[in-house]
Order: sequence, then C-alpha cells, then structure tokens
Amino acid sequence: MTDADTIEPRASASVPSAGSGAALSRIEPRASASVPSAGSGAALSRIERVFREEYGRAVAVLVRVLGEIDLAEEAVQDAFTEAVRRWPGTGLPPSPAGWIITTARNRAIDHLRREATREARHAQAALIHQPDGEPEEGPVRDDRLRLIFTCCHPALSPAAQVALTLRLLGGLTVPEIAHAFLVPETTMSQRLVRAKGKIRDARIPYRVPEEADLPDRVKAVLAVVYLIFTEGHTASSGDSLTREDLCAEAIRLGRLLADLMPDEPEVLGLLALMLLTEARRPARTGDNGDLVRLAEQDRGRWDRGLILEGQDLVRRCLRRDRPGPYQIQAAINAVHSDAPDTAATDWRQIVQLYDLQMALGPTPVVALHRAIAVAEVDGPARALALVDALDLPTYHVYHAARADLLRRLGRAGEAAQAYDKAISLTGNAAERVFLRRVRQGLPGLDTAP
Amino acid sequence: MTQYLLSVFQPDGEPPAPEILDPIIRGVEALNRDMREAGVWVFAGGLCAPSTATVLRAKDSDVLMTDGPFVEGKEHLGGFTIIEAPDLDAALAWGRRMAQVITLPIEVRPFKEGYGPE
Repeated sequence: MTDADTIEPRASASVPSAGSGAALSRIEPRASASVPSAGSGAALSRIERVFREEYGRAVAVLVRVLGEIDLAEEAVQDAFTEAVRRWPGTGLPPSPAGWIITTARNRAIDHLRREATREARHAQAALIHQPDGEPEEGPVRDDRLRLIFTCCHPALSPAAQVALTLRLLGGLTVPEIAHAFLVPETTMSQRLVRAKGKIRDARIPYRVPEEADLPDRVKAVLAVVYLIFTEGHTASSGDSLTREDLCAEAIRLGRLLADLMPDEPEVLGLLALMLLTEARRPARTGDNGDLVRLAEQDRGRWDRGLILEGQDLVRRCLRRDRPGPYQIQAAINAVHSDAPDTAATDWRQIVQLYDLQMALGPTPVVALHRAIAVAEVDGPARALALVDALDLPTYHVYHAARADLLRRLGRAGEAAQAYDKAISLTGNAAERVFLRRVRQGLPGLDTAP
Repeated sequence: MTQYLLSVFQPDGEPPAPEILDPIIRGVEALNRDMREAGVWVFAGGLCAPSTATVLRAKDSDVLMTDGPFVEGKEHLGGFTIIEAPDLDAALAWGRRMAQVITLPIEVRPFKEGYGPE
C-alpha cells in the first residue's frame, strides 16, 4: 500500500459538481485548512488544472526514471502536496510540470536514501540521481505513450487495464474508480495492487510496441478508452456526477492519444465519436431524468462546439481514407449532428456507412443498427425482415428495435411482447422507464394476446 | 533477464493417436532447437500421466503418502519449458509459438528474481 492509495477520497456528498475542488482533494484533502486563504482560490484552481493536465505526464516520467510504479505515484503525490502548500504564496513557477517532475524526482531520491537500509537501495538512489539542469521535457511525450501501452497491455484483464489507466494517467483515486465501476473499494484496490504486481514481476515492458505489433496494441488502448466512455455514458446505475466524470476523463485521454498518435486515423475516429456523442448529452435526458430518444431530442440543446470539433476530425479521417470501426461510427454520428430533425437526416448515407462497417467486420449488432437505419429509408417492414433474421436473443436493444418496428406496423400485441422482453433484459433504469412508457402507449392492448 | 515457466496444460485421458502426436513432437523438438539457438532455452521436460504421481504431506513427525496427483481436474500439467527473456513480450512471443506447435493452452509465468534455475 502506498501513501497515494491511502489518501482520502473526496467526499462525494460535499462536492456538488465535478468542478473546482475535485482534483485538489485528490492531492491533499485536508489541505484547505492549512492553505492561506487570501487570494488563494484562483491559485488553487490553477493548481487543480495543473494536476489534471500534468499528473499522468509526471507519473510517466517518474516511472521511467525510477523503474517502479508505486514509488513514482508516491513521489508525484508528494510533489503536488508540496505545490498546494507553496504555490498559493509564491505563485505558479514558469514551468509547473517541470517543477512537479523535478520535485517528485528529488522526493523519490530522498525517500530512497531515507529508506536505504541495504546497499542496493543506496545504489538505486545513486543511479537515479541526475545533475541539475537536466532537461525534463525531452522524452516526455514518449513517456506518456509508454505508460498508456503498459497500462493497456493485453496480458492484463480489461478491468485491470481500465483501472490502471484511470489511476496512473487520469490521477483518479482508488475510491473514485471503485465508485464509478460500482465495485467495493477493497476490490478495486486489490485489482490495482495485483495489476501493478504483475507489471513488476512478469516484466511487462515500459515501451511503445514495435511497428508490427502496433495496430493490435493501439486497438487495445482505444478499447480501454471507449470502455471508460461508454461506462460513463450508459452506466446501469450510480449517480450522474460520476458518469459525467468518466466521460470527461475518456475524452481527455482521447485528446491525449490524438496528440501523441496524430497519424492513426482510428485514434482520431474514437475522439470524434466521443465528442459527437457527448455533444448530445444535454438533450439526452428530460427534466425528470428520463431518457429522450434521438428522434425526440431538442437538437437546440446539442453542444455545437463539440459537434464542430467532432465533424472536423471526421473530415480529417476521410482525407486519410483508412476507414475503421471508430471512424465509421463517428461519421454516422456526424451525419445525425448535421440534421435539424429525424426527417431531414440523410438516412441513405447512414445505411451506406453501416454497409461499409459490415464489409470491414460484420457483426449481428452492426447489422441490427443497419436495419434500424433501413427502416427510415425503405420502411419498417423491410427492416423487420432484416431484424428477424438476426440472432441476438439476450440483447435488449434487439428486442427494443423489434418492438418499435412492430409498433410502427400496427402489430401492437407482438410489439408489447417485444417491449416486455426488452424491459426484462435492460439493466439501465432510465431505459426501462422509457420502454415502459412507450409500451403503455400502444393502442388496443386489451385485445392483445 | 527474467526466467519464465511455460507450462503445457493437457486434457486427462489417453494421448492422441501417433499420426496427430508425432508431428507435434517434431514441432516441439524444432522449437526447442530454435530456443537454444536464440540463447533463451534453460530447461524443458515432459511429464508422465498424473496417475503416476504421489503426494507427500508432513504431519506431526510423520509424512503421509497418498496415491495420485495433488489436484484432480479435467486437465493436468503435461510438461514445461523454462526460458530466459528480457521482458514479458519476448516471453509471450515464444509462448505463442509453443501454443501453435502443441495446440494446447500454455501458461506463461515469471520466476521470482533469483529463484529460477541456475
């Protein structure tokens, strides 16, 4: 157990929003009493921004320098604690990241000397000591990329990959990650300890994979980031604050990846997909928290800034002409975001994009979404024939889509049965409420079988 | 350098017929040769059936003996190779070849530092 793991979480009840205070409490929850109050609010929020932006960078550099994850985390945590104490009085240094990294490195050396009871420890302290004025910014970009590939190594379980990425690159605390994924803190803590132990003992390398392995390894990294995003977007329960935090964190990681690997079109595709999905968040839930379907959303509430950014990324992908699943899903979302309403949506183009996705990697889920788009072009009867040919008996979206098509064809009895099936299969409370509401609106249900 | 144990897990029961087994054995021999040439090979061996095993347990001043393997299951440890590699990726690359040659699951597991074979 390191100090970093035992730092108190932010008390979720006392922090009303994901805004100021959240990141700082990751550093030093009891600091507020000891920090000078006069004019320190702005300084604290600047420190908080530095924490969010630079935590992963600092850990990545320190892991390379120290060759050990726990020690690196502890040192960076110490450096931020020192910053919270010092910066409100002195103001931020010219290069906050450089200051954090240098301070963390010096702390780590001090720590190793203090703990040095064996000769080997002395040797390690000597090894990592670098002369003053050593440039800190040089290999930093690569360090973060190294850390990402280590966290998302395929020899680690997907759950461990997600936890490590959020902890080491995002700087989220163990309780925060546990809360977001609805597992007990001890479980999450054990998961992280076990994963870090495996990285250390099995020698999972700290490097960017070789060219030949890169496509598969990038795919694994993108899967982790998208898993974080979808968990935030459609979490089955948990409070909405945590969910939004996860989406924001996934987008932050997506931006980092796009910055580090600008020539990988799928990296840009994933970022575009997340931005275009996130843009609809304000319209996705009604006043009482109910789910609002795409067709009924108030598109005036969509975030135009995110849409423009996402569409721009989609255009950049199109120019590269190396399509992949994330790019195609982003393009589909870009088509939706162009239209003022469902009727004006270019459904033909959406069907074509699904055709492309089926050509790259046919799956029943993609075929289902293609069929839903076909309903808008060729009518619900054609779409129902396509849906009925699919084998997705335990997927709630399959039954919900079937129910909707049956409803539109006036087959209320069969629609009700399909809605019941969908309701029983979905784990999402808002979706259940929505499906019940539509089911109750079916005409002539009393005559249904 | 770290040493890794590459274990072969095989189903209980009769071994496959010679026409299936022989090419596998030739493949394993070729892989062992490649490992030696690459300088990663430390040790390799195949084990007799679990029914040939004997388990010993110290109890007070005595040692109890039971016939058969310690763990009864549908699969058992059939054999293993020990290699020395710079990191997990290198070890996994050899493990991958071993899985393709033997067509059975291969477990890759590091030795504790300083506790592997000399």
